[in-house]
Amino acid sequence: MSAATSREEPGIYHKAGSLHAERRWAMWSAYASLIFAAIVFLAPPFYMFITSLKTSGEIANLVGNPWLVREPTLENYTDLLSDATFLGFFWNSAKITICVVALTMVISTLAAFALARMRFWGSQVLATGVFLTYLVPETLLFIPLYQIVGGLGLLNSSWGLVLVYPTLTVPFCTWIMIGYFASIPKELDEAALIDGANWMQMLTKIFIPVAMPGIIAATIFAFTVSWAAFVYPTAFVTTPDQMPLTIGVVSTLVRADTFVWGKIMAGALLAALPPVIVYAFLMDYYIAGLTAGATKG
Amino acid sequence: MAADGSIVTLEPSIGRRGVASLRRFTRRRSTIAFLMTTPLLLVIGGLVVYPAGYAIYLSTLNRRMTSNIGLGNFEILLDTDTFWMVIWQSCIFAVSAVLAKAMIGFWLAHKLHDIPSKGQRKWRGMLLIPWVIPPALSTLGWWWMFDPSYSSINYLLNVFAVPAVPWLGEAWWARLSVIIVNVWYGAPFFMIMYLAALKSVPEQLYEAAAIDGATGMQRLRYVTLPMMRNIISITVLFSLIVTFANYDIVRVLTNGGPRDLTHVFATYAFQVGILSGNVPRGAAVSLFMFPLLAIFAFFVLRGVTKRTKEEQ
Repeated sequence: MSAATSREEPGIYHKAGSLHAERRWAMWSAYASLIFAAIVFLAPPFYMFITSLKTSGEIANLVGNPWLVREPTLENYTDLLSDATFLGFFWNSAKITICVVALTMVISTLAAFALARMRFWGSQVLATGVFLTYLVPETLLFIPLYQIVGGLGLLNSSWGLVLVYPTLTVPFCTWIMIGYFASIPKELDEAALIDGANWMQMLTKIFIPVAMPGIIAATIFAFTVSWAAFVYPTAFVTTPDQMPLTIGVVSTLVRADTFVWGKIMAGALLAALPPVIVYAFLMDYYIAGLTAGATKG
Repeated sequence: MAADGSIVTLEPSIGRRGVASLRRFTRRRSTIAFLMTTPLLLVIGGLVVYPAGYAIYLSTLNRRMTSNIGLGNFEILLDTDTFWMVIWQSCIFAVSAVLAKAMIGFWLAHKLHDIPSKGQRKWRGMLLIPWVIPPALSTLGWWWMFDPSYSSINYLLNVFAVPAVPWLGEAWWARLSVIIVNVWYGAPFFMIMYLAALKSVPEQLYEAAAIDGATGMQRLRYVTLPMMRNIISITVLFSLIVTFANYDIVRVLTNGGPRDLTHVFATYAFQVGILSGNVPRGAAVSLFMFPLLAIFAFFVLRGVTKRTKEEQ
């Protein structure tokens, strides 16, 4: 008797039970995949951090688990932070990035406003052209730019980098700003026109405040791109005192006679810190900027 | 801008004068628009279009840039085995890395979409970290993990009784290492894009499919994929361009070695053009990327305009 009911029960509740189980299975597999992905994705930075806490002696010691640190030390960090060359890299990066971000935002805000709101001859073609230049990779242009920058006498100078970095940032920033500006309702500019505003006032008093999220997203993009730029500095700068961080860490720390791995990792992590901090605090804007390229405009 | 402001205040006065000033106003508008786009035009013209044309001119010169040798540089390149290797390696690298990134991104986006939306933010924030670290720097970390004698990956493999792998020492392992690092760096980008696309698929479609008795596989095949087709093609093409032209990872990880077997177009152009000082030949190498990139760019642009039309 009991056997019969127990055999029947699954039949009756089959549908509901399987749905529930399916749901639970989906959850379980989702978390399993995410945990696995998180471990794989975070392992390299984690290992960099572990290595940066080790002394050279501990790194050279092949006994034991390399993923653990036995005698953690901050020596690598303090060494770097009191090293004038490394601080020079930091300063160069900061200087270049600030100039490039400021330049980019002025250029792309003005241009995006004109392209989104003032229909003029060729504006459509120019907007498409902006998108196309965004698709031109920097590795296609660095050799002619090397000649051009050399011709201007700006090789081995961080100002040469300030000159060429806008090719990396301006097209994309303009493109996403066009999208943000175009989504602002026309009624707002009409109201402003009736109140007697000129174009410049319209831009500063209406468009910039309303499109602030887009401007923040574009600024973050410009910042991360110019901080992480690698091709141009490797091609154009060879003297350490003009190098930004990325190439500075990769070339001078690595090219030393012996690989001081702890120091290299500490340097790489310190260099990666500013974009990561920006990301941690402004994640939503960061992601909005990332997805805007394809989902907007 | 004061003059412009005064014109605007004149505008409300109706009549012939109003019409005239209105016309002047539109004329002013185009001049202002032109002034506003001038910096952009300077950047695009001076730093993208002009260098692109200059690259074509450079590629026709001889090594010392004294005489024009036509297509000589291209002929010489196509005659060398190393360059054919570069072509193959670039294609293998770009295609396999982009496929892997797209599939991993698609899978993770689905899994993220499955969990309650409360936790999604946290997971998303964590999984995007590889994309946030400048690739040149994170590749240094990978380089250290691949180190022949201290490899921490080999340590883990040994724990599972798998023999040590010569990551950067042998051609195919080195190629695989470069792809692994690129996938690690780029998969989060695909995940974010696909997650945004998944969120925009209307829930009713899935409900309708469920009522019709569709299985999970059928829902994916007949609802999700058609709705996401456009964004998938845009991201894949876009990533093909970026991956094809990638420089940082190969430069830091293998620097083209062992025996020039992992060079891609960008690193080879750098080696030939800047390190060996043969600028015209280097320009020719990077120009080889152009036809393929132009084809990809054409399809990206078509996808984006199609998408814009759909949204309107």
